[in-house]
Amino acid sequence: MRRRLGRYRRYGPGLAGLAGLAALVVFPLAVSAPWLVTVGLFTLMYAALASAWNLVGGYAGYPSLGHAAFFGMGAYAEAIWWTHRTAGSGYGPFWTLPPIGLAVAAVAVPVAWIAMRTRTDVFAIVTITFLFVVQTLAFNLRGLTGGAQGVAMPVAPFTPATFERPFYYAMLALLLLALAMSYGVLHSRLGLALTAVRGDEDKARSVGVPVGAAKLTAFALSVVVTAMAGGVWAYYLSFIYPQFAIDPLLSIGMVLMVFLGGRGTLWGPVLGAFVVAPAQQYLAYRFGASQLYLLAYAALFVVVMLVMPRGALPTLRDRIRRAEARA
Amino acid sequence: MSGPPLLEVRALTKRFGGVTAVDGCSFAVRRSTITGLIGPNGSGKTTVFNLVTGHLPADSGQLVFDGRPVTRPDPGRLYRRGLSRTFQQPRVFGELTVLENMSAAAGHDWRALAGRRLSARDAARGDALLAEFGLSGHRDTPAAELSYGQRKLLEFAALLMSEPALVLLDEPTAGVSPAMVATIERHVRARNTSGTTFLLVEHDMGLVMRLCDPVIVLDGGTVIAEGPPDDVRSRPRVLDAYLGG
Repeated sequence: MRRRLGRYRRYGPGLAGLAGLAALVVFPLAVSAPWLVTVGLFTLMYAALASAWNLVGGYAGYPSLGHAAFFGMGAYAEAIWWTHRTAGSGYGPFWTLPPIGLAVAAVAVPVAWIAMRTRTDVFAIVTITFLFVVQTLAFNLRGLTGGAQGVAMPVAPFTPATFERPFYYAMLALLLLALAMSYGVLHSRLGLALTAVRGDEDKARSVGVPVGAAKLTAFALSVVVTAMAGGVWAYYLSFIYPQFAIDPLLSIGMVLMVFLGGRGTLWGPVLGAFVVAPAQQYLAYRFGASQLYLLAYAALFVVVMLVMPRGALPTLRDRIRRAEARA
Repeated sequence: MSGPPLLEVRALTKRFGGVTAVDGCSFAVRRSTITGLIGPNGSGKTTVFNLVTGHLPADSGQLVFDGRPVTRPDPGRLYRRGLSRTFQQPRVFGELTVLENMSAAAGHDWRALAGRRLSARDAARGDALLAEFGLSGHRDTPAAELSYGQRKLLEFAALLMSEPALVLLDEPTAGVSPAMVATIERHVRARNTSGTTFLLVEHDMGLVMRLCDPVIVLDGGTVIAEGPPDDVRSRPRVLDAYLGG
């Protein structure tokens, strides 16, 4: 029994990951209803966003509520870049995403440099303030963003029956990128430095840990994925408005999913997103675009904080460890 | 002892509002000594530590470490230059394992961030130090699970990963068992023999008298006496400061 468990420990996660990936690749081909593929698309988007957020909010312990601003910057950059161009085969707009991700990250570094002089709740307030500044700019820089009237980019020329597929796979690619980043960070000295920062930043500084560089790197990596997701989202909708592109609820969603699944873990954010995002999408379909799901958000937050304040995966891991210790 | 001192503190001053915690404090720490910094509660010992290591900005005064002036003391930079400290309450990274705590304190700069979480070299050096400090058995346990005394040992051992020239110990034996006091004393002596200089703040006078030479006495943020322990102990000003005169 123990040997079998050991073997599972060794190969199990890898095999489960591969099986999960295969299922995600096949899903849009196997499912005929476009609305289901849309649910999948948004679930993958949230999983990528939550994993990216986890680099800053989980590993480094800096709860950013401003990530939706970077999502919106990516969305606007993509939309503005393509607004007077033709999409051609339809795949062109996907290729502008990496430079957009890098450019938004370059903008994010000085923002983080200032914001990360504060910590915990003050940092959350500073970042959400930044979000509203960016949203206000999007409303008011009409020459650039079209203001409240929004900005349009060409509609992708994909066949209606399988219209969602390219966007779905783009989001899947972003999730894989976010997971690769998370895995890389966890297994590098950066991960060690971030855990030290989360534990006791002043002590970390006093033993020579390059605290500033570690925090800014994590932030920049996180923003690359967030901004690219914004770009895919903009192209999928092909018409974006400030209040939806830069939406505090998007930030809240990322935080909730990470808290539910487990902060600072590799798979926690994915788990959280796969539970919350489909439920939210499904409810939106059933009950229309009412904001009723916000009540569920609030309730879920309270339950998570009461029942498993560290998130599902760490709580589960502790239970298993304790059960094994008793056996 | 010949040669310039390892650390020189000149006319260091720090005010908190109306209170002058450190008032024109000057002293030197000679190489290869175990220098004691004593004084009654509130005499400014820990503030001096915080000023010297860059944890607090001084209002005025100069610092010279290892022959070079320190114009803007920064804890991280000083640590990499060989000046390290412990805290009164031991501070370790609870979520990291004991060995990872060693590696985190190795003093790597930002260029090493892309390297492996635990390099073979760090692991080897960490293991050697953990063996020296009797912590090998806890190598892979999270530091949060260590006892208070073990955390003190780990904090001390981890500093040595950076091969410091000068170690500032802030009350290394406060709150630990007599057996642990003896252990810490033994490690300080052993490391001093192999060339590390120590400056320690300590309330256990027995330990200071056994371990330190010279001893510097602070009162009201200034140095009131300095010299060999037996000599300092009998000076009237020191007795006054401790007993209240």
